[in-house]
This record gives sequence, structure tokens and C-alpha cells, in this order.
Amino acid sequence: MQKVKGKLVLVDGSVFEGDLYANRTAVGEVVFTTGMSGYQETLTDPSFCSQIVVMTYPLVGNYGTNPCFNQGPRCFFQGYVVSDICDYPVNWRNEGTLLDFLEKENVPLLTGVDTRAITRRIRNHGVLKGVVVPADMPDDEVQKLLATPDVHDQVQQVTTKEKYTMGEGGYHVAVMDFGIKRNILNYLVSFGCHLTVYPAYTSAEEILRDGPDGIFLSNGPGDPKDLPEVIETIRKLIGLRPIFGICLGHQLMALASGYDTYKMKFGHRGINHPVRDIVEHKICISSQNHGYAVDEKSLDDNVIISNVSLNDNTIEGLIYKNSPTFTVQYHPEACPGPGGHEYLFQRFINMMGGKR
Amino acid sequence: MPKLENVKKVLVIGSGPIIIGQAAEFDYSGTQACRSLREEGLQVVLVNSNPATIMTDTHIADRVYVEPLNVEFLESVIRKEHPDAMLATLGGQVGLNLAMELEEKGILRNYNVKLLGTQIETIKRAEDRELFKEAMQKIHQPIPESTIVETVLAAKEFAHQVGYPLIVRPAYTLGGTGGGIAHNDEELDDIVNKGLTYSLIGQALIERSIAGWKEIEYEVLRDADDNCITVCNMENVDPVGIHTGDSVVVAPCQTLSDKEVQMLRQASIDIVRELGVRGACNVQLGLDPDSDNYYVIEVNPRVSRSSALASKATGYPIAKVAAKIAAGYTLDEIQNAVTKKTTACFEPTLDYLVVKFPRWPFDKFVTADRTLGTQMKATGEVMAIERNFEAGLLKAARCLEIGCKHLQLKKLTPLPTEEIRERVGHQDDERLFAIAEYMRRGGTIEEIHDITKINQWFLKKIQNIVEMEKVLQQEPLTKDLLRKAKKMGFADEVIAGYVGKTWQEIRKQRKEWGIVPTYKMVDTCAAEFEAATPYYYSTYAAEDEVAVSDRKKVCILGSGPIRIGQGVEFDYCTVHSVWALKELGYETIIINNNPETVSTDFDTSDKLYFEPLTVEDVLNVLDKEQPEGVIVQFGGQTAINLAGPLHEAGVRILGSSVDSIDRAEDRERFDEVLTKCNISRPRGHSVTDLDGALAAAHDVGYPVMVRPSYVLGGRAMEIVYSDDELRHYMETAVQASSDHPVLVDHYLMGTEVEVDAICDGKEVLMPGIMEHIERAGVHSGDSIAVYPPRTLSEHVIDTIIDYTVKMALELEVKGMINVQYIVRDGKVYVIEVNPRSSRTVPFLSKVTTIPMVDVATKCAMGVSIREQGYKPGLQFFPDYWACKAPVFSFNKMSNVDITLGPEMKSTGEVMAVDYQFSRALYKACIASGINVPHEGAILITVADRDKPEILDIASQFKDLGYELLATGGTADYLNGHGIEVEKAVKVSEGSPNLLDDIKNGRIAMVINTTDHGGNVDVERDGFLIRRSTVEHAIPCLTSLDTAKALSRVMAAMRHRRIVSVVALQDLSYKDF
Repeated sequence: MQKVKGKLVLVDGSVFEGDLYANRTAVGEVVFTTGMSGYQETLTDPSFCSQIVVMTYPLVGNYGTNPCFNQGPRCFFQGYVVSDICDYPVNWRNEGTLLDFLEKENVPLLTGVDTRAITRRIRNHGVLKGVVVPADMPDDEVQKLLATPDVHDQVQQVTTKEKYTMGEGGYHVAVMDFGIKRNILNYLVSFGCHLTVYPAYTSAEEILRDGPDGIFLSNGPGDPKDLPEVIETIRKLIGLRPIFGICLGHQLMALASGYDTYKMKFGHRGINHPVRDIVEHKICISSQNHGYAVDEKSLDDNVIISNVSLNDNTIEGLIYKNSPTFTVQYHPEACPGPGGHEYLFQRFINMMGGKR
Repeated sequence: MPKLENVKKVLVIGSGPIIIGQAAEFDYSGTQACRSLREEGLQVVLVNSNPATIMTDTHIADRVYVEPLNVEFLESVIRKEHPDAMLATLGGQVGLNLAMELEEKGILRNYNVKLLGTQIETIKRAEDRELFKEAMQKIHQPIPESTIVETVLAAKEFAHQVGYPLIVRPAYTLGGTGGGIAHNDEELDDIVNKGLTYSLIGQALIERSIAGWKEIEYEVLRDADDNCITVCNMENVDPVGIHTGDSVVVAPCQTLSDKEVQMLRQASIDIVRELGVRGACNVQLGLDPDSDNYYVIEVNPRVSRSSALASKATGYPIAKVAAKIAAGYTLDEIQNAVTKKTTACFEPTLDYLVVKFPRWPFDKFVTADRTLGTQMKATGEVMAIERNFEAGLLKAARCLEIGCKHLQLKKLTPLPTEEIRERVGHQDDERLFAIAEYMRRGGTIEEIHDITKINQWFLKKIQNIVEMEKVLQQEPLTKDLLRKAKKMGFADEVIAGYVGKTWQEIRKQRKEWGIVPTYKMVDTCAAEFEAATPYYYSTYAAEDEVAVSDRKKVCILGSGPIRIGQGVEFDYCTVHSVWALKELGYETIIINNNPETVSTDFDTSDKLYFEPLTVEDVLNVLDKEQPEGVIVQFGGQTAINLAGPLHEAGVRILGSSVDSIDRAEDRERFDEVLTKCNISRPRGHSVTDLDGALAAAHDVGYPVMVRPSYVLGGRAMEIVYSDDELRHYMETAVQASSDHPVLVDHYLMGTEVEVDAICDGKEVLMPGIMEHIERAGVHSGDSIAVYPPRTLSEHVIDTIIDYTVKMALELEVKGMINVQYIVRDGKVYVIEVNPRSSRTVPFLSKVTTIPMVDVATKCAMGVSIREQGYKPGLQFFPDYWACKAPVFSFNKMSNVDITLGPEMKSTGEVMAVDYQFSRALYKACIASGINVPHEGAILITVADRDKPEILDIASQFKDLGYELLATGGTADYLNGHGIEVEKAVKVSEGSPNLLDDIKNGRIAMVINTTDHGGNVDVERDGFLIRRSTVEHAIPCLTSLDTAKALSRVMAAMRHRRIVSVVALQDLSYKDF
């Protein structure tokens, strides 16, 4: 890809100049993530669909890329913003530079920018819409691009088009794919499940027809309120089977139960987030990637807050009293990020009948 | 909040003197811990023999005992103070070993002292190789095949099973003392032999070598609730095989995928949980660069050099949090000191990287073996913070103060490429410089990787630097190019060199183009949360986020890395100066780059800039902050050297002026000062060749002190007694020329006296006078100093007061002044004057109870001595005695001659206080590691000129019941004077000889002096004897004064209680 001068322009008018590698322009919500490793897992996490992602760690691409790190079928980023991209990666797993990866995925890259300055801007103002464009793009064009309507169909973009199965274990889990990360599937399989993975808009009836032992609600991008049909589907499933939800799945479950969600100022994105498990009485460091959260004020007595963020006390997990259902906001499957959350998968297995 | 019940008083063990492998990091962590415990309302009883520390200040702990760190003295403190609990994991390996001993001897149980934080069981399981192996096997953590041996034979048997190379690590030692990599039977024999001697428990671990693998470290914290976090991971640029303390280290890891990061993180956590650590723990792992295979190398269940580095690298105060955990808190109950909003239970994330570079003492120990291996050799380290590796590395190189501003050593430039290529293969302190040099000559990344096993990622970055050099040489310096070069960390001076301009011109051009550094915050969270940490670094980016206040402010320059001649004492001074300025209402700004210190704790000053101490880097900060001025007198020679250039650049130097400094340092200008004050100094001349030197020596008379004029700190200084010795010196030690004259001064054999005083420009406060045990000629830093003086007459003391006052006023000193005198036949001569803080200031401050740096700082800011409530003049002497004794790290340095002379060799110091002089001196000797023997044989072998003087000393030891051995000439002399001694068998006379007597423990102490007459046999024998005393840890006295003092002490201590302790708070300093 040709390197040209480029810029990130935010709706508040701030401009950050750098070097641009792009075959297209990018427009979307600008978010930052603070993980120091795991860039490829982040890039292929469908939950980032349609966002422009800023890496706070300045050196990106050091160990190259390898398909084994992929968490989704492709990269759904609108744009990628880093301080310094590595053109000479070294690692025994390396099969190609990150720049080549981005070109193949057609993701515009803005590099050589002060990513900390962008991060501070977002931290202080909340998430902002922005564009990544060539530096010489005239202002009126930039403004036009910035005025692009917000997207609401991210889950449609990322969910599987066809139903498919995975694993050979004893428990049959119906996975609702809103943009699921591969490692969640791997975890479920490794815990002895065989999976049927459904497109997001599959009906409750169809899922139940396949006779699952449990239902898993996956992570995914965007605002959970953009998915009223899905929420309706989940409502029909409540109580019929044990349900485990992660991230967007957690939010959708809350909405389906009559609770509310809200958009956070700039969300939680990183792999160092402490979460207190009130039920198990322990604290785990977790991988997180969410811009919405369940509103504590909307909850009633039918649910227990099982996990909270140690940083800002936002809800990180719920256990439902009237049905075998629990959900977490963070990513126990890691990738990227720390492990130590396997007990949640075990809990789901236990709900479905016990033995692993 | 939950807190420990029934614990009111806690004993904290410090780490003692600075030695290689144990430096200022334990003052930093110890100080944090003491404060942290006191915040909880606990009373802290501190024992530490090192006076040059903030932690031994009487306001850091409730009861401060500056006493020898051994079980007898600790028991005495416990008996006196009755602490309820003890913390063992903050005083480095010394503290840990002592805790083990106290436990094993049942002392903790007897006095009902419970251990806080990490328990003995955990320490044992981490430290004892066999128990550790069991623990690792239990949780399926791989460790290299290994065995523990107590004999060389067993080591060989293992070698024949698994093959070479093998790593040898003695159990329970400091900084890997006595360890090494053996490639064959012969090397194994040698290394195991030494290792067994150094091991406190006579054990060594032999294991399969994984040299060449990636070396990764994790800093882990765990609380009693089993919450466990990793604060930081770090990657050694040098692969496994070089001690991590001698490796260039980068944080966070750079070449690991998330999969690898998480694998090693989980392993570290699993290990820490299995061992049951309650507090901080360091885990070292070796990772195969070509697979997911890894081995656990080592675990340290305590705060460490690495944890200090990790704290500074992330902003996460590990020692403070570890102390809170010990006090009963869980991680989530402890506040994140940086954000003040979140808790300590999180993992810091960085949006920059840090590069740690070790500082080695090979500039002082020129003969030492520079090879780096499993035995640490660095005395200190620097840290650089940047947003790319190239800039971090170049910043670190600038921090080192080894005469380079870039990854380039002048001495390598003229060498032929073949030799450079060979140097790339030498695992030594200059390898990284050789690599860069080899790249300049066309060396490729792959070739260098094959030789060194250094990861290509790091090598590529070095190549980027070399390529930028070429571009700067070849292309016109455009705005864009200059910005790129600055972003990559090139110094103005370096760029100037490539484009044929001066650094001032580059600086001016740079500013015109608006290319100035931006400053960013170290906040533990990559800007995710708003933080209040006043801890900053420079980088050439878009946004400067550091606000400048409108308060009046002062900048204090720190002293950089710990090295021989410039140790932790200057950090002590820096910190105190900051405190004094805060009291005066100034905003304080520290610039420093040593991650081990209290001065670089972000709690110390109002603002901390973690930067190299070069003119450019300092000016950049000053440009931004615009302080009223800069204080240079507390940052050692590092800061003093910056005074001139800063002054020229228009910066105001607070306190003594640049002219005052110059008048004291410039030989001719100083002569004028002395003439004006009517003060004498030893006669001398400055010469440019051998003939001139001989003429000068004849004029002033032998013995003469010779030294090159262009080096400071006693380098290449020698005392010579004859024409032959002078010829030898002029031919081998220096290269005299008209540019680099050699100074030939008459050497006055007299009593050396040292004074630290404070002047406000009008009057002089003299807190005390120190007298040295060793005569002039032994570097003052290597001498035992006694306060108050013992042998000086009232007349001499009056003269010293008079001289000190006169010189301070004449030099217009505002602040600190240090003077060294020689007293001979009742006459006082000046040797040296430094208008700055000296290494004795912390010692003297502690024993006189006058906070000297605070007073001096206020004087520098215009507050007079009287306004501060002090009476000018010499303060009254107390009724107790204090001794300061040097501590050496010779056991870490092979091929270094341990004979004391005008060149400083000690790495640290200890202090002892007592109402009895002989006990104070005895305690100082014990604390300094001299294993004073109470019986056994003493070997005496002295130079001809010392023979008359040895008679008294020998007969005194004889009277005390020691057996005496002596070599040929010395034996004849002693026997001829009626002192019966046995003649020892010389090395050249075959074995068994005196070396065997040392080896088998018959000889318990050696008294040895030497001349440089050029008798090769005698010199070689002497060297072998001295090295052998180091290797077998027996005292070797190379100054007759030390021997004499020790003989008297031993005589006196026969009738006295040996162990007696006193808290600094109890010293009765009465102003009569």
C-alpha cells in the first residue's frame, strides 16, 4: 500500500496527523483499547465492527501475524490508529507483517500519530465519531463524511450466515452468534460441548427444535437496543434452558428481562480490568470490550449482581433468580488477555447437568 | 478496614550497605514500606547498617538502629524493643536470609515475634532448590533438569549424565555470587568450588543451561485472600545467560505474542499461589524463541531490584502495596496511589516503554574481567522512558555517563572491522556498542543474531539508528529529517556531529522549527483514567500534557546511576534538598534517571522528570518549567559537571556559583585562593613528561602522589616512593602530554581529616570534624572515618575551623562545602575542597543530628544559618563515638586488586555508634563484613618500608593469642626483632603453601602491604594472596592503620560486651 499523509478528524474538530495506508476512507466511532499485546485478536474481534480503533500501546505489530490468533472470520474495523507499526516482526509464529494483514483486510491504517493525545481526548469527552482520511482531503468533504449516518446493523454484518456445528461433546449448546469470538467456541468445546451455532436472527422455535441442553448468547458489536427481534427471541427462551451470556449477550439478556442498558462515556476496552466476583468472593483481571452497560437502577429483586468492575463499579455480571441464567459483561474467554475465568464455563456445564 | 490485631510494633530489616547485587533499590522500597506501615498506625523499628539512606532517617521509622546486620545484633534489638511482628521481605536477600536465621535459631519464637507478609515456609520453598523443585513439579511448571550438590564430585557426576553447558548457582547468596556457566570439567571444578564457599548453606544448584532463550520476568503481587495480579512483565534484551541485573531490560515485553504473554503470566501466578506468597514476588522465566516451551528459572519472594524497576516503569508502588498486604489488607482495599480513584487490584498498562541499562564499574576496575555471566557485576542502573525502542535505548545511553551521548563508543571507532566483529561475540558491557559499530561497518541482523542470540527485533531497532546516522551524514538537514531524528532519540550534540554544526546551532534551529519535546505522564493506565501523578518523560509527539504552575519553583538535579564514587548518599542529599525547598514553599522539580532511588519516587518531589542528566535534556525541562534556578550541589559530580554549561546557557545556579566551583576545581585558581587565605597544601608541580616528573619529584621529595589532571575521583592516582616506581607509573599508567599534564605532589604521610560545613555566604556552620583511621593516601571513601576526632589537638582543631571558615568565605560558598585536610606534626594542610555535598554528609547528619542538606539548601536559597536557628562555628562534640566504614564488592569482581590506595574501590558504607570508641569501631568492622577472627593464625606480609611499623602491631596480636605467620622478608624481620613467627611457604615454593593455609581455614586474617617496585614475583604472590582472601571471605588488611586500630579494638573488646545496640533516637546530643 502506498504511504501518504493522512489524518484522523474528530467531530469536535480536533485533527491528528500521521502517515496513512489506505485504499478507502474510514468513518465511525473512535474508541481506544489499552492492551499491550494481542493486536491481532483485537483486530479480528467482531465486537469492534464499524469502529475506528486506537491502540494506546505505541508499538504494534512486533510479533507479526498468524491465522491462529484470529477471533473472527475477518477484521470488521472501520479504521486502525497506532503510534508506530512494526515492519520487521520477529516471532516463530510470524507469517506476515501486520501491514500486509491490514491491506488484505482493507482496513485503513493511520500511523505515526500521538495516540495518547487521542486517548486523552476521548477519555475527557467520551467516544467521538471520526474519520481517517488523506491529509489533503478538503474540509467540506471531511464534514460530509463525518455526517454519515451512524450504522445500526453491525450484528447483521458479523453474524454467521449459515447455521453450523462444532465439537463432539455430550452437552448440546445452542450458540446465538452476534459476532462470536472463536475462543468462546473453543472453550465450550473443550468443556465437553457440541455446538450448534445460529445466525443472530434465528427464531426461538428453530433453536428449541434442535433440542439444546443450554443456550449461549455471544458477544457482539453495537448497541443492544438495535436488536429488538433478538431480544424478543431471547425472552421466549428464558427459563426453558440454562442460558450463559457474554458481553452483548449479557446486555441482550438484561433487556429481554425488562432491564435497561445505557451507553458508557468511553467504555471498557483492554485486558487489565479488575472484576469482583461477589458470589465467589474473588477478584479476577479480565479482558473487556464494551461501550454499553446494564443500568443498575433498572434492576429488580429477580436478579443478583454477581460481578462488578473494581474501577467504576459498573455491572460486570448478573445471576437471574428465576431461571438458570447468568451472564457476564467481560470476556472470560480472553484472547487477548488473561485467563483464570474457566469457572464460569464450568458453572454453565453444571447448570446443564453437572459432569464435564 | 480490616487490620492486624495485636500488632502494634513491627521490626523491619534493611538491606545494609550498597554492594554489587544490592543497591539503592532497597532504600526506595524500605522507605516506602516504613511509611506505609506507619500510615496504619504501626510503630516501626528499623535495623539497617547503612547510614546513607533515607530509611534510616529518624522520621521514617519510630526507632532506628544503625547496627550490624547479623543475628546477634538483631536479637539484641528484639530483646530491647519487643516488637510484635517482623517484615522480612523488604531488605533484599540480606533481610530474607536474616529472617531465616532468626527463625531457625528460634529467636522469633522465643520473643513472640510473628512474621508479617510472606511466611518462612514460603521463603524456604522458593529459596531451597529441592523444595522449589518439588513445588514446581506439583503444579507442573517446568524447570530445567538440575541437581543440588554439596561437593565438586557430585557436580561432575551430574555433568556426565546431562552434558554441558551447565549453569552453577550457589544457594542463598547475593546477586548470583559465585555462579557461572561451565562448558567443561575444569570450569565446573572451579565454579562449583567457589560457589560452595559463598553459599550460606554450602549448596550449589547445577542445571542444564538454556542460554540463548528469551529471559522474561514477571512482578507479581498476592494478598491473603488469594487475589493475585501481575504488575509488569519485562524482557531482557540479552538472552538467558547474562544475569538480569547485567542485562539491558525492556518493559513491557516486546517480542511476545499475547498467547506467550498470557502463558507466562498464568505460570507466574500459579507459582506465586502455590508458594503462598503474601506480598511481592519476582518470577524469572526462560522462553524458547522457537516454540511455546519455557522453563521457570528463579523466584524471589520479596521486593527486589526488578520490583523497584517495575514500580518506576509502571508507576505502581510495589513495596508500598506489599507493606499494606503485610499489614493485613487485601489488594482491593488499597487505593491506587496514582489515580486515587481506582484500587491497587489491577494490572498497570503502559503506553510507552522503558529501557533499563546497567552501569558497570569497569571504568574504575580497569583490570577486572568484563565478561558478563550469571554473576552480577553492575553497581547501578539507569532507566529511560520513551514511546519507541530506539529513542529509549539512546536516552538510556545518555543516562549512563560513560562519555557517550549515543550508542557509540569512541574507543571502538578506530578498531578494524574484524576486531569489532569479534567484540560482538564478547558477552561484556560494551557488546551493544560493538553491535552498533559492527552494523556501521555493514554487519547484518542475521549474522549478529547468530553470534549473540539477541532477538532480531532489537537488532533491527539498532540498525534503524545506524541507518538514521547515515541519512544525517548524507542528506541535508530538513525540518522533516530533524524531527525524525529527534523522534528516534538522537541528541542535538550527535546530530550536530553528523551535519557539522554545534549543538547550540542544532538546538536553535530545532526551536525555530518548533521541534521541541513534549512531556507525558506515567499514570499506570495508558491515560484511561485521569491521574494526578507528577511523573513525566519526554518524547517528540504532538501533545504536551504537563501543565506548568505559576508557583515559584526550583529544579534539583539528581546524581544518576549508582557507581563507585557516587553512591546512594547523593540520592539522600537530593531528597533532603527537595524536602527543605518544600518547607520554604517552593514547587520542587527533580530531574534524575535512576530507577532504584527514593528521589525518583513520584511521592518525593512536586514534579519528577525521568530524563538523562545531559545539558540538552535538562535545558529542555528548564525551558518548559522556567524555575527560578537549579540546585546542583547535591547531585554529586553529575550535577556539578552540568553547572558550567547550564550557567553559560543562561540558567541561574542557586547556591555557590559556577565561579566558586571553578575556583575550587581549577588547580591554579585554587592556589590563588589558598595563597590569599594563607593556607598551605602539599607542594607539587604539573608535568608533561617523565623528565619533568622526575625533576618535580626531586624538588618536592619522595614519596609523591601522582595523578593525571584530567580525571576526577582518584582514578589512576598512585603514591610512588622512588624513581623506579615513578618511571613505571609514567610509562604504564598514564599518557602524559601538554594537553594532559600529570600532577606530582609531595605525599604527606599524615592523619587525614574531613570536614563538611555549611556556609550562608557570611558565616559558617561546622556540624562536625571527622578523622580517618587510615593515613592520607587511602581514598577518603575507602577509609574508616571517626566522629568526633580522637587524636587532634585543640590547636589543630582551631586551625581547621579557621581554615574552613576562611575558604568557605573566600570561595563565597552558599550551601555545602567539603574539605579534606592532612595533619602532620601539628600542621594542617589542605588537599581538596569541594563546594558541594560529599559522601559523608548523610553520616555526619545522622551523628550530629543536624539535617545538613536541609540547612545548606536553605542557605542556598538565602536563609541565613542564624535565621534557621543554628549557631555558626563548630558544634560541640557528643559523648558517643561514630564510625563509618567502607564496604567492598571484591567477591563479585575477579582480577581486581583489593589493595587500598588513592583510587576508590568501595561500593558502599556502614555506620556504627557507641558510647565506647572501641565498640563503635568493632561494630563498624563487623557491619562492613570484616569477619574479625577471635582466634587462629594471622599472615603478615608487608613492604620493606612498612616493616618497622609492623612490629607493634604484630606483637599486639601475638599478645592477644593469635598465631603469626609471615613471608620471607617479613618473617626474618619480625623474628630478628624478637617476635616469633612461623615462616609461610611462598606460592613459588610449591605446595602446600600459604594459599593452601588460607583455603583450609588455618589463616584467619591477612595483613598485607605492597610496593610497586616492579618485582614481578612479589607482586604476583601478593595479588594471589589478596584475591584468595576475597574468595575465602577472610579479612585482608592492606593498610597498617586499619591493622593497628583493629589490634587495639580486639584488645579492648576482650573485656567488654561485644553486642550492644542503641537507637539513633536515644543518642543524647547535648548542646552544652
